[in-house]
Amino acid sequence: MSASSAFNDEKGGSSNVGEPEYGHDPASGGIFSSDYKRHDDLKEMLDSNKDSLKLEAMKRIVAMIARGKNASDLFPAVVKNVACKNIEVKKLVYVYLVRYAEEQQDLALLSISTFQRGLKDPNQLIRASALRVLSSIRVTIIVPIMMLAIKEAASDMSPYVRKTAAHAIPKLYSLDPEQKDCLIEVIEKLLADKTTLVAGSVVMAFEEVCPERIDLIHKNYRKLCNLLIDVEEWGQVVIINMLTRYARTQFLNPNMNESLLEEGGGEKAFYGSDNDDDTDDEEDKEEKEKKKTEATAIVKRKPYVMDPDHRLLLRNTKPLLQSRNAAVVMAVAQLYFHLAPKAEVGVIAKALVRLMRSHSEVQYVVLQNVATMSIKRRGMFEPYLKSFYIRSTDPTQIKVLKLEVLTNLANETNISTILREFQTYIKSNDKDFVAATIQAIGRCATNIGEVRDTCLNGLVQLLSNRDELVVAESVVVIKKLLQMQPEQHSDIIKHMAKLTDNIQVPMARASILWLIGEYCEHVPKIAPDVLRKMAKTFTNEEDIVKLQIINLAAKLYLTNSKQTKLLTQYVLNLAKYDQNYDIRDRARFIRQLIVPTDKSGALSKYAKKLFLALKPAPVLESPFKDRDHFQLGSLSHLLNAKAGGYQVLPDWPEAAPDPSVRNVEVITLLERVTTLTSVPEWTKCSSREKRKEKKADKPFYSDSEGESGPTESADSASDTASGSESGSGSEESGSGSESEESNEESESASEEDEEEEGKKKKKNVEKIKARKPVPESESEPSSGEDVKKSEKKSKPRIGSSESESEEDDDSESESSESEEEESEEESEEETKKKKKTTASKPPSKPPKKENKKEKKEMSLLDFDDFDPAPSPSQVTPLNNFLSSSLVTDLEGLSLTDNVLSPTTIIPSGNLKTYELLHRITGEGLSVEYCFSRQPFSPDPHMVAVKIQFTNSATSEAKSLHVEDAKLQSGMRIKEFPEIEVLPAGETISVVMGIDFCDSTQAANFQLCTHTRKFFVSIQPPVGELMMPIFMTENEFKKEQGQLMGMNEITEKLTLEEKCQGEHAVVQRVTTAANLSRVPCGSDKECRFAGKTVTSGSLVLVSVVTKEDGAAQLTVNCEKMVIGTMLVKDIHQALTQ
Amino acid sequence: MQLPAKMIHSLFLVNSSGDIFLEKHWKSVVSRSVCDYFFEAQERASEPENVPPVIPTPHHYLISVLRHRIYFVAVIQSEVPPLFVIEFLHRVVDTFQDYFGVCTEAAIKDNVVVVYELLEEMLDNGFPLATESNILKELIKPPTILRTVVNTITGSTNVGEQLPTGQLSVVPWRRTGVKYTNNEAYFDVVEEIDAIIDKSGSTITAEIQGVIDACVKLTGMPDLTLSFMNPRLLDDVSFHPCVRFKRWEAERILSFIPPDGNFRLLSYHVSCQNLVAIPVYVKHNITFREGSSQGRFELTLGPKQTMGKGLEAVLISSQLPRGVLNTNLNPSQGTYNFDPVTKLLSWDVGKINPQKLPSLKGSMSLQAGASKPDENPTINIQFKIQQSALSGLKVNRLDMYGEKYKPFKGIKYMTKAGKFQVRT
Repeated sequence: MSASSAFNDEKGGSSNVGEPEYGHDPASGGIFSSDYKRHDDLKEMLDSNKDSLKLEAMKRIVAMIARGKNASDLFPAVVKNVACKNIEVKKLVYVYLVRYAEEQQDLALLSISTFQRGLKDPNQLIRASALRVLSSIRVTIIVPIMMLAIKEAASDMSPYVRKTAAHAIPKLYSLDPEQKDCLIEVIEKLLADKTTLVAGSVVMAFEEVCPERIDLIHKNYRKLCNLLIDVEEWGQVVIINMLTRYARTQFLNPNMNESLLEEGGGEKAFYGSDNDDDTDDEEDKEEKEKKKTEATAIVKRKPYVMDPDHRLLLRNTKPLLQSRNAAVVMAVAQLYFHLAPKAEVGVIAKALVRLMRSHSEVQYVVLQNVATMSIKRRGMFEPYLKSFYIRSTDPTQIKVLKLEVLTNLANETNISTILREFQTYIKSNDKDFVAATIQAIGRCATNIGEVRDTCLNGLVQLLSNRDELVVAESVVVIKKLLQMQPEQHSDIIKHMAKLTDNIQVPMARASILWLIGEYCEHVPKIAPDVLRKMAKTFTNEEDIVKLQIINLAAKLYLTNSKQTKLLTQYVLNLAKYDQNYDIRDRARFIRQLIVPTDKSGALSKYAKKLFLALKPAPVLESPFKDRDHFQLGSLSHLLNAKAGGYQVLPDWPEAAPDPSVRNVEVITLLERVTTLTSVPEWTKCSSREKRKEKKADKPFYSDSEGESGPTESADSASDTASGSESGSGSEESGSGSESEESNEESESASEEDEEEEGKKKKKNVEKIKARKPVPESESEPSSGEDVKKSEKKSKPRIGSSESESEEDDDSESESSESEEEESEEESEEETKKKKKTTASKPPSKPPKKENKKEKKEMSLLDFDDFDPAPSPSQVTPLNNFLSSSLVTDLEGLSLTDNVLSPTTIIPSGNLKTYELLHRITGEGLSVEYCFSRQPFSPDPHMVAVKIQFTNSATSEAKSLHVEDAKLQSGMRIKEFPEIEVLPAGETISVVMGIDFCDSTQAANFQLCTHTRKFFVSIQPPVGELMMPIFMTENEFKKEQGQLMGMNEITEKLTLEEKCQGEHAVVQRVTTAANLSRVPCGSDKECRFAGKTVTSGSLVLVSVVTKEDGAAQLTVNCEKMVIGTMLVKDIHQALTQ
Repeated sequence: MQLPAKMIHSLFLVNSSGDIFLEKHWKSVVSRSVCDYFFEAQERASEPENVPPVIPTPHHYLISVLRHRIYFVAVIQSEVPPLFVIEFLHRVVDTFQDYFGVCTEAAIKDNVVVVYELLEEMLDNGFPLATESNILKELIKPPTILRTVVNTITGSTNVGEQLPTGQLSVVPWRRTGVKYTNNEAYFDVVEEIDAIIDKSGSTITAEIQGVIDACVKLTGMPDLTLSFMNPRLLDDVSFHPCVRFKRWEAERILSFIPPDGNFRLLSYHVSCQNLVAIPVYVKHNITFREGSSQGRFELTLGPKQTMGKGLEAVLISSQLPRGVLNTNLNPSQGTYNFDPVTKLLSWDVGKINPQKLPSLKGSMSLQAGASKPDENPTINIQFKIQQSALSGLKVNRLDMYGEKYKPFKGIKYMTKAGKFQVRT
């Protein structure tokens, strides 16, 4: 703020001194009047190179937008700052862009490239926000760019970015509906996502784009049910509403048998209310009868058994009734109302009553829904009757709704208390409320025969009320009540006739007149007199009263023409000249009917019948009757009118569709466990996945309490029978989770004991790893895979954190959240146990397994941190030492494809990882490193070391950095940028460069977190101290000739059995040392070339194979030490 | 072509005098003239709280909430659960209150940029994105005076540069890396009693609503358990998402990893089926005589079933009938006030001394010639009872696992009157 005022002062009075505060309506204040010069201020500030000025300007502009002032002329000045470094400026620019981009499409395009760049940022926050803004800019031209961005983000490794992608889908759809098909594909993919973060957002996208594609849900149904409890609250609402619709299409009506029981008092038994009133039954009787026959038909066919999936939904939503979010509670309530067996619906009442304590708006909506429910399921709310009592401080709209509910709940047992309450309400000052109360009394009276007289008497007393509105309302209600049994109530009619003198409310007057006309034979003396009075005042009456006067006159004329003939004539004459044509018409019509003339039509004979027919008593109905054909909790239900975009809740199907569509392919643990024997790395993966599955099923609210009942037992039985993954998984987790927790606890207690043990095991694991044979097929990626790979690679690989399995779309996506503090030892043990238990079962699909593993390995290629897109075609230009010999490269290509490609690709595929810090010593932080064999771009004389941090502690690790390197002379370290935060369960990789000075001395340094320091050291194998170069055969021979004598070391060896092919040799050598193959005429000889990283000394290796596995290994190198060591390493590699 | 454009389209903030003082659009701009329908409804409503929360207009639906005398009007274009929007709007208000201390027009205007940043984060394309206050605070730091000064000098920002890591973790409500020098956990058990007492002093309905509000400032990832002496009392509960439901179902123990800072752990309900002790009684004699322009007013308060605890901060308010012109009353203690325009009588009693019961006596002057009002006024009572939870709920113990230090623990009980009415 001080900056701004200083700025303004500088400008020498360009502003009013009192207005520097941007918060106080700058737009209407002195600074930014409509004068455009004022905006020049802002433009200047935006153009300055001081962030503080820019920020100030942006703040003012945002304040203008907030006020609804137009700031669009600043667009060019603002859009320039889209790439500003200052994050707050950037955010505000985004706000501005989203607001005005639509109006200034051309200029907005200038900003697009910034976002495209942002989409590739290693930081997931930046990627996500770039996608958010990009998709919020409503410019049609960029639709293809958005589409691409969404597709990419949908397979991003960060679930947060995937969530953002899901959010972007509806935005794109509203911009260009033609993209629907593409978007559905993305939705389908995201629906398969296993993280809770994504679930809510993608279902929202589904609902907006393709709610009709219910088939997409099948495969994900069980997963959604199981995840539901851990999804954030807003997502829960969307998912529950969608699942309600889904269930209505897929399952059978659980109440179809109940209509039978009902007749036998079934419902009563359930609700414990023996006093279900009969009027209700009468109304529904027909319907029920129909249902009954239907039901019997169905029952005869097949007894109802609830689908286990239906039960799963009900079971998993129930705990959400305890949510603090009213919308979630309402969503569950409507789900139960629409889907649950009648006997179970009751559970929602308590939660709904609880919501009534909330804000009045919440109360309003909840009461609307309770009103609808209380008609269908009165018993449910009866115990909570008193919670609906009205306080004088309630807003009127709430009072009226409570009244509605009370009326719906009234029955013979509680009517006396309810009426007593009503009596208090009638005295209220709030006249609208009083009127509603009178209506309510009327309804109670019609519904409950026993209290009819009491109510009527009470209402008659109200006729002497001082307030006209009250009296009028009473009259209207009494009129309706009297219609039921007029003969007993002539006193009341007389009383009311007297009221015509005083009462002025038209509706009431009209009602009285109608009553007198209708029952004129009960009040034969009064009726003509009333007509006399009315005739006097006819001209001054309201239209509706006039019509009733005509009506009364006609009826009297027919019953008592002697006394009233003249009066009637008079009234009709008055009406004939009335201004209102309805009244004129009516007068003419009635005259023709009742007054006999010579040419009166056939109808006049029936005039009496027409006018004095017995009229059925009106049924006083709740305005909420039948509102439940709208899905409860919806906007349409609230308004009782279909809102745009409302999805009709379908009727139950006659017969259930095939339930097997929800079966998920069994990607069994079994399969994975068998894999473990050969591939130890998988231990971690699979156990993690297992954890995740368990975790998904082990929510905080997880509800293992089984609702016992016949249906329950039925479903659990079939569950196990079908062996479906998620269904049985949830059962398992209920018992499994507990023990696991305790496991963890005890682990930390006996940490020290375990440490040793752990180390041993670790060693074992490593041994297995080292011994692991590399399958041949791996080194020769089939062309098909190649294509796939390049496809994947052509997508920009961002991400500083690694993504092992993320890459594989079909393998389970391993979300970042899934990293759990589960020690490897533990998982080892676990899997061993698993193995034992499943040992008897044969591995089901070995070939497929193989494939999978391979893909996994291949995906490792993709972690390269500095060169994000090394697709095979790009490899050559990227490595500058390769480019020198492009010709030979091409020569090489002509030899065989798979000679060269392994040399460039395989080494990284076989990256060996070493442990830098064990997770126990590192207090939950485990660090591994590997030599990525990429050129270290900041300094070509350094070896790139890729370091991977995994935080398996429960708390985040902060400020990871390198400190205090203790290095041999000449060695240098290029530290990685400090990692500010590594959240619990996250993994992150960084690259550091180390100049080892061409020696195998270890680089010692300290690895620091915000709390601790760890001494660690990295010791390179000699093979990593070099990098490959390309040579022609001739060059190689020439160089080799110069490095004879002391510089040449030769050793004879016998190749190991498996290692006798050319490929195997190449494979092994390139694994041991970072060298590249040199083309060679003879197939008996393999040549390799490289140079040391620091000094650039040549390293030449040749392996000449002879019969029977004998071979000769020659290494030529200026640096004898390196040569010797390399010979040793390669020797070992070839003979083991 | 009908395009679905769901959820919240725009938000308008309207003050009590009917001015729109802030607007925010998440999709294309909706003209503020749409609020005219709202203003119409507002005019029709006799009281501010009688404006219907959902108003249909030809092309949009307006869903509004009223808090702190500000209407938050959301513009919706198509079907959406109304509660979804209402609940979200309330969450917005809560967030503002959390950030600025108060949620007034002035506070919002002063912090318009923060408000905008918050709204931007809370909704994406009209769908809620981050509503958890702990996450928002990682993204956008709440303004404090000190920080405002520092920001102006250094040009640093309120916007956090990090990913709200909480969104990704298993406990999305808790920030990671929390550190305190004093580790403390305070729990307030606050119960509100709602009651309607009839003319004769008998209870028509009474129920207790309780909450446990917590203020937890603990380092690291503490895992807390809270157990009650008498958990069976709780009839219906709703939890903060951190509470492990299963544990509650099985053992009636609250087990949770708390969010950092203030939060509502639990709300509960003790139903009207249980007998509720009413802590206060009112003796009243309010009469209007037909034909006379005077009315009598007598009120005496006394404690009842308070378990030895004193009644404090007692405040009586009553809406007198329209016919009353003025009052001439005499309180034995405290101050009373009568507003002749709104006809609202309020009496600030303070503490009730059981030895000397407070009373308010005197006369009311009525409009001459007007007939006697047909209803006696309802009396609303507010009070507090410290150190006691009316339902008798008692916390047994609080334990912490997962961290090594010893936290300081505190539990406070309080009873308040909720909607406590006496009909006369």
